[in-house]
Amino acid sequence: MSNTAPPDTPNTYRSGPDERGHFGIYGGRFVAETLMPLILELEEAYERAKADPEFHAELKHMLVHYGGRPSPLYFAERLTQELGGAKIYFKRDELNHTGSHKINNCLGQILLARRMKKTRIIAETGAGQHGVAVATVAARYGLPCVIYMGCVDIERQAPNVFRMKLLGAEVHQVTAGAGTLKDAMNEALRDWVTNVHDTYYIIGTAAGPHPYPEMVRDFQSVIGEEVRVQMMEAEGRLPDTLVACIGGGSNAIGLFHPFLDDKDIAIYGVEAGGLGLGNPEEHCASMNGGKPGVLHGNRTYLLQNDDGQIIEGHSISAGLDYPGVGPEHSWLRDTGRVNYVAVTDAEALEAFQLCTRIEGIIPALEPSHALAHVQKLAPTLPADNLLVMNLCGRGDKDVFAVAKHLGVEM
Amino acid sequence: MTTRIDKRFAALREKGRAALVTFTTAGDPDYETSLALLKALPGAGADIIEMGMPFSDPMADGPAIQASSQRALKAGQTMKKTLRMIREFREGDQDTPLVLMGYYNPIYVYPVEGFIGDCIEAGVDGLIVVDVPPEQDDELCIPALEAGLNFIRLATPTTDAKRLPAVLENTSGFVYYVSIAGITGTAAPDTGEVHGAVARIKMQTELPVAVGFGVKTPEQARAIAAGADGVVVGSALVNALKASLDENDRPGAATVSSVTDLVRGLAEGLASSQTATVK
Ligand SMILES: Cc1ncc(COP(=O)(O)O)c(C=O)c1O
Repeated sequence: MSNTAPPDTPNTYRSGPDERGHFGIYGGRFVAETLMPLILELEEAYERAKADPEFHAELKHMLVHYGGRPSPLYFAERLTQELGGAKIYFKRDELNHTGSHKINNCLGQILLARRMKKTRIIAETGAGQHGVAVATVAARYGLPCVIYMGCVDIERQAPNVFRMKLLGAEVHQVTAGAGTLKDAMNEALRDWVTNVHDTYYIIGTAAGPHPYPEMVRDFQSVIGEEVRVQMMEAEGRLPDTLVACIGGGSNAIGLFHPFLDDKDIAIYGVEAGGLGLGNPEEHCASMNGGKPGVLHGNRTYLLQNDDGQIIEGHSISAGLDYPGVGPEHSWLRDTGRVNYVAVTDAEALEAFQLCTRIEGIIPALEPSHALAHVQKLAPTLPADNLLVMNLCGRGDKDVFAVAKHLGVEM
Repeated sequence: MTTRIDKRFAALREKGRAALVTFTTAGDPDYETSLALLKALPGAGADIIEMGMPFSDPMADGPAIQASSQRALKAGQTMKKTLRMIREFREGDQDTPLVLMGYYNPIYVYPVEGFIGDCIEAGVDGLIVVDVPPEQDDELCIPALEAGLNFIRLATPTTDAKRLPAVLENTSGFVYYVSIAGITGTAAPDTGEVHGAVARIKMQTELPVAVGFGVKTPEQARAIAAGADGVVVGSALVNALKASLDENDRPGAATVSSVTDLVRGLAEGLASSQTATVK
């Protein structure tokens, strides 16, 4: 069997998934029978909400008045001068309430959970940004909430653990496996199977069984939709280049999706290259160094050995430290519409410092990966190339970890 | 086509006794011990053997079976070795039905066609694959059925009357009723509720129904068996095995017998349920 689906050239890249949740060969619903009825119920509830103007009005209201949308599209003038080439814009989703794009999805899903009359919220988290966003909306709507987080991530993202607890969430430490995002997701799924009657699972990225990849994408697409309008206002035309980091792929698909059919726009997804792509234990670039498989409810590119056992991978960034990726990205990779590249821990650390020093913005380590690719790409492009990078999270949570990597005692 | 599984259930029905289905993980704690245990299970009273194919991310399993998967993988177990183990078992046992249970990814990358062929060749009778629901039947279930394997589906407390026909449609061999909404080896099932659920399933199928998840003791097994065609015991056996290992997870002289002793007790519990068995 070939590892890659034959490339097809669809008329539109925006019509997926099909009614069974497939993007090409990817996606689907690979879950235990106990969860199947819930996933079908969720799909029905989401279809109903999607068709209900009241749902959209309520979400819009919360995104604006609670989340702080729209986020600015900011011309990064000094970075543009420094790199010499493309005109670089940042989509400032780090300015959202809770400090990242994760709130866009959490507001959408908590409103859905309320419609479904669910009374308990669970979630997995890696960097803790999704966990904080979930704990935040759970506090806002008065629902008890349990967050699963790997023990390694609890240590490297300590500020977020305390934030979640302040917000009233119970944080469950997961010691299985390598104690990172994959293991947290396993444990959240186990909780869900056990508490099916009252529990809503807010998945934090555009992955998991159908309808999650589609639903999370839809909630995150506000990013790209705003960029379309904002770039027209700023420059009178659409951008030429888009760049975003890829963990599970939610901030990236949110930026990319509204532009997928504008075929002249070059799109780059940046995976975590860790210590380098040579060894699958040392990076998290599933589309550059993995092959298709089935995990966490969907078929997608995965880091795995020849026996189909999942490999933990490694990234300096807890939010990118995941051996899989959302299924729509796998399909966009195979069709060639999006270019997926990888940058290393060291390159991301350097970009983190550059951005902080010359733009006065401390980025999270996740978008620092996108930035590291912008550093390579921008100088190769002409000055009239409009490049948008999704600055999807702020770096406050990372300062302790970065200090450690730089050998600074705090 | 009549399979070993069909024959075994028919024979037990004649005797008026429910089947004891045992679950252990292939390769736990190592290949040799696991093979010795496999060979000893029929003699101890296992009517049908389920072997777990270890997976790095067993999402439907509780701590006991998670740890047993990890032990097996650490000792070098692979899908190929699991199939080799079954071939070796079949050299001495042509009658005991053997079912492989696990998750889809290792089968998918094997890949599917090769895996099904190797299963048939090794003497596997059926498959239970936790994360392939009826919605994805064309992936694995249909090819497996066409090749002559039984495909045993899980029905759960969340499988309502509307959904049950879809779950039963391509199921063969037996139906595995998951007695609790949850993961393996945790909560104990409520016998009354389980019997009600089994009766509802049996109104829609001729297939035998075996009940598993959370059954630990001979008493529980006997109680469940009073309203079912089979009882599956897994985590309790895996825990007994674990208790016989040293601190480095190495087996001792009593590892095999610690499991088979428990199996013998469970089998005796079921044998004494003879007259209670309905149907
Ligand atoms: C700031 C930030 N960016 C990116 C990610 C990666 O997730 P995704 O690829 O779904 O956007 C995370 C995840 O925790 C994050 O916190």
